[in-house]
Amino acid sequence: MSSITGVSVADETPSGGRAPLSGDRAGTGRLGDRLFGGAATGAGVTVIALVTLIGLFLLWQAIPALAKNEASFLTSREWVVAGDNPRFGILELLWTTVLSSVIAMAIAVPVGVCVALFITQYAPRWLSRPAANLVDLLAAVPSIIYGLWGLNTFLPVEKPLEAFIQQWLGWFPPFSSTTISGGTIFFIGIVLAIMVLPIVTALSREVFDQTPVTHKEGALALGATKWEMIRTAVLPFGRPGVISAAMLALGRALGETIAVTFIVSTLARGTDWTWSVFNGGETFASRIANNAAEFDTPQKAGAFIAAGLVLFILTFIVNAIARIVIERRKAFSE
Amino acid sequence: MKIQRFGQLATITLAGSLALSACGSDNNTSGSGGSTGSGSATAATECAEGTLNSEGSSAQKNAIEEAIASFQEACEGATVNYNPTGSGAGIKQFLAGQVDFAGSDSALKKEEKDGKVETAEAEKYCGSPAWNLPMVTGPVAVSYNLPGVDKLVLTPDVIANIFNGKVTTWNDASIAKINSGAKLPSTPIKVFFRSDESGTTENFTKYLAAAAPSAWTAEPGKSWTGKGEGKEKSSGVAGAVQSTEGGITYAEWSYAKDNKLGIAQIDNGGGPVELTGETVGKAIATAESDGEGNDLRLKLDYATKEPGAYPINLVTYEIVCSKSKDPAKAQLTKAFLKHFSSEETQAALEEIGYAPLPDEVRTKVATAIDALS
Repeated sequence: MSSITGVSVADETPSGGRAPLSGDRAGTGRLGDRLFGGAATGAGVTVIALVTLIGLFLLWQAIPALAKNEASFLTSREWVVAGDNPRFGILELLWTTVLSSVIAMAIAVPVGVCVALFITQYAPRWLSRPAANLVDLLAAVPSIIYGLWGLNTFLPVEKPLEAFIQQWLGWFPPFSSTTISGGTIFFIGIVLAIMVLPIVTALSREVFDQTPVTHKEGALALGATKWEMIRTAVLPFGRPGVISAAMLALGRALGETIAVTFIVSTLARGTDWTWSVFNGGETFASRIANNAAEFDTPQKAGAFIAAGLVLFILTFIVNAIARIVIERRKAFSE
Repeated sequence: MKIQRFGQLATITLAGSLALSACGSDNNTSGSGGSTGSGSATAATECAEGTLNSEGSSAQKNAIEEAIASFQEACEGATVNYNPTGSGAGIKQFLAGQVDFAGSDSALKKEEKDGKVETAEAEKYCGSPAWNLPMVTGPVAVSYNLPGVDKLVLTPDVIANIFNGKVTTWNDASIAKINSGAKLPSTPIKVFFRSDESGTTENFTKYLAAAAPSAWTAEPGKSWTGKGEGKEKSSGVAGAVQSTEGGITYAEWSYAKDNKLGIAQIDNGGGPVELTGETVGKAIATAESDGEGNDLRLKLDYATKEPGAYPINLVTYEIVCSKSKDPAKAQLTKAFLKHFSSEETQAALEEIGYAPLPDEVRTKVATAIDALS
């Protein structure tokens, strides 16, 4: 007879001094078990240690500069990092980074999910594989090419759109016009959306493919149309996966450096605050990139690393929220 | 099977194309060697063997790459590498002993900055004084995009007000006054500045502070302190002006030429001066020497009212130990710097947007190079 786990009881029970039967040799290969377990544990520990060490390095470099800072780090808009009286704050950087990423997500997630649905549910078999490959190709394009393409080819196309929005919706503060032309947060949001689209699509595609066929067939059998079937069977099932995909994409959008540096116009010092999305600015990554060549003192480098630390923490928080959301959903969908 | 046959066909095509590409002969070096042979027949390039590493200012990148190309063609066995990471990084690497000489937009500073004096640090590293040799003069062009306006004259005060955001349209009274006869449109002026820390910004703001001190009160420096939109690197600002009507910026001459931007004539008080190799040379020749002996730091007179002298210039220096720490490299360094400062090489730089060193400065540089050891 067999126990609940399927192992034969005869294997466990010792009988008359004989050593217990160890069962099928292939299943209890002690050396292979130990090696693989060790390697997996080692890899996991190394990665966690690496992330922790990076965080510690950022902290260690940033703290001396933060200690000397004379302005409030989180709410000041100034950025004077050299000299004896450094005053620097990340409010502008935080605003630009978050705003551009939010715009990118607002465009990329719906479009990405729709593309994934098209590839898995609507497209004929001969089209879905090439279409999937083409979308994945977007991820292979280097970031600097996106920057150049955005500046030279896409900008003239997008400028009339900006002018249109400013003209008809300019009364709404986020759409008010500014003196900046071309290199706006709105524009980089669109380009970032294109850059993160393949991530959203690829992961959503995998998840939607995993939808149990019985759920789909059940919905159709009950008289649902194709869209109703997707809405009731596919999307709820895929929600944790889509959220994961969106978080990965957000991570990429937050940290994107070269394309942002090329495209977004920097603001002159002392420019007034505006809520408009048609403003210029710098993200954490682009400010560090713009000044990286001139890190000649530890104080200066420390200030920029402090900015990088804020980005690190921001990404961490966003991922933690996503994890919480997914865990809660999982409890209900299992 | 079909797959096998396709695979065979593909393999044959690939192998065939690889074999055919080997048929092309590598005659490039001998062909162009003939053409430079005629040029360097007048002054044979001294050669030495080895590899030189250098790093620094990106403003002189095109110039030094041209000099490296002609030097390497003339001298087999010599390799020179230049990494345009920025003046600050170049000096840092030089003091750390990672490169043989550094290229910088400004000479080593004599004043203390963050607890260190650059000249003292260099002397400590070299064991002998470090010399700043001016090698490349890059004029900074005030470039604009105004279709229909081919000639534009600007004075330092007007330039300062434009870049300060005080003058906002092209047909403003202050611009029209000095451009009587030109039809200026009412397009708004869009200022573009360098968002990265840049020696070009430093030299331009030094010019404004010296020539228009009442209009430009901010301290000159590598970071921009005026108004406008920031773009990355000279290519970014020049490209932005090219695609924006009414745009204006300050960028190296070569970028203004490549993007076909209008270049303003500067009137410092001695009449409008067009940007050409001679006018730049005239301004450099009026520069005072700020160093002792063979340390040739120049103090540019940005407010010069000399007629026919273009005032907005950037001089890049090659910073080198007067007594080299590695005697084997010293020969190669001397040979390369001599080639770089020679009349032919300097004349060739004019096509790519730099001005040749004027004769007075060139002879001093040659003397200093001869004294290197």
